[in-house]
Amino acid sequence: MTARKVWIAFTTIVMKEIRRFMRIWVQTLLPPAIMMALYFVIFGNLIGSRIGEMGGFDYMEFIVPGLIMMSVITNSYANVVSSFFGMKFQGSIEEILVSPVPNWVVLSGYVMGGVGRGLAVGFIVTLLSLGFTDLHIEHIGVTASVIFLTAVLFSLGGFINAIYATKFDDISIVPTFILTPLTYLGGVFYSITLLPEFWQVVSKFNPILYMVNTFRYGILGVSDVSVVFAYSMIIGFIVLLFSFSLHLLNKGQGIRA
Amino acid sequence: MTKALEISKLCKTYGGGFQALKSISFSVDQGDFFALLGPNGAGKSTTLGIVSSLVNKSSGKVNVFGYDLDSDLVKAKTCLGVVPQEFNFNQFEKVGDILITQAGYYGIPASQAQVNADFYLKKLGLWDKRDIPSRMLSGGMKRRLMIARALVHNPKLLILDEPTAGVDIELRRSMWAFLQELNEQGTTIILTTHYLEEAESLCRNIAIIDQGEILENTSMKSLLKTLNVETFILEIDKTLSDAPVLAGFDTRINSDGALEVDVRKDQNMSQLFECLAPFDWVVTSIRSKSNRLEELFLGLLRKDKTDNEQGNAA
Repeated sequence: MTARKVWIAFTTIVMKEIRRFMRIWVQTLLPPAIMMALYFVIFGNLIGSRIGEMGGFDYMEFIVPGLIMMSVITNSYANVVSSFFGMKFQGSIEEILVSPVPNWVVLSGYVMGGVGRGLAVGFIVTLLSLGFTDLHIEHIGVTASVIFLTAVLFSLGGFINAIYATKFDDISIVPTFILTPLTYLGGVFYSITLLPEFWQVVSKFNPILYMVNTFRYGILGVSDVSVVFAYSMIIGFIVLLFSFSLHLLNKGQGIRA
Repeated sequence: MTKALEISKLCKTYGGGFQALKSISFSVDQGDFFALLGPNGAGKSTTLGIVSSLVNKSSGKVNVFGYDLDSDLVKAKTCLGVVPQEFNFNQFEKVGDILITQAGYYGIPASQAQVNADFYLKKLGLWDKRDIPSRMLSGGMKRRLMIARALVHNPKLLILDEPTAGVDIELRRSMWAFLQELNEQGTTIILTTHYLEEAESLCRNIAIIDQGEILENTSMKSLLKTLNVETFILEIDKTLSDAPVLAGFDTRINSDGALEVDVRKDQNMSQLFECLAPFDWVVTSIRSKSNRLEELFLGLLRKDKTDNEQGNAA
């Protein structure tokens, strides 16, 4: 395929994915907005006012970056895993498999669809947060790049989950039993400096801690971890998961007999 | 001239050890209307699945318009349009969007994709349905949507896996007419079907596959020539209790009380009517007892089964 045809195929997949999550906005965009608004009200306003400062900031200010990042992570993951598995389930994945679209374009298209939803929800949550606190972004480049890279990373995770999933239960196991606990324990609601030393060390094995803290660094200018290390880790995981996903697609794992 | 499809020593063994294809070889000429027939589980869908890259082959070679599936997959896929057996489009997408998206996968710009989609939606009687979700279509419309989707990038080779399954007679006939028109315009068509009448009336060449092996691969004409006897059912204006003796013809009365006559290849209908003339009967209707291809098909499968049993016994 020529570069122009590859571009058309790529944008076709991305636009199809965006159309899909916009069509079902009541399932994709509204629930995270409601859930995050509740977090802001309960944890930020009601409980946060009793907690006082965290890391030198109002508790509400402190949790906003984490909650935005949490919604980006869960939604970019959920978009790819549900869309790609849905295509497998309905058989419409064959539309792409019989076409000449290269596998790396298929993968990139789905990942960008996931990034699209992750960022759309992130944007909605950011707008909501403005109703509860002022948001001053310290490092716009870090903020934008880390949220984009994190959305890419979790979209890739969702893609791999969808490849291996054989039933609908399989697409909710990872978000429920792995992603949610790691996100909650990834410093969304607290600074790990509050933890005993042993649990601080344990927390540093949680990759989501680095993403949340780097994003917090972008907005507030403070972080519990090294930002450079966080970038290296996120990019390293992206390269690893992209290569693995492409290998699975080339092999036809879960999609070809 | 390059073949539209060339399959050589193609084998497929599934994970559980089931050998679906046992080194089959056949080719399809450009512009041909080709039937791939066989009973359920014979290996038809596996063969077409490999050609359309939905199934990984175990070994062998597949060339589509000279492009090797192993080394020139993208070019080979560009030549192909596939209509699978099962409905496999997104049930929630609009009919028009399904076609435009499919064209996009082939790198066709949106404006051209719209033109192609509109053309096939009108051609296949789906124009009025273009803005409704595909799940709202009737069974026949869904079949037509799959054909439109397979054609939206104007492929040179169209593969149809039982395209008229579950479609009523009227719609089936109109789909036949459409496919014939498409073939006359130069599109090579490969068809699998359980309606042997469909294969007989549409296809010029045929391959019969059973248990992963090609039993017959020839032209429809020469295959039908091998049929020695055809049985006709004659409705007479009288009730017959016994079959009449007609010189040179085998006759019997069937369970409906109609007269059945076997006509050999070296006999003709005029001879039959000459024999009937002295009886002073009125023949109110005459029809072939069964589809000729069906007889051959079943004969070939029976022979294959007998050969296998003898082989096993030995």
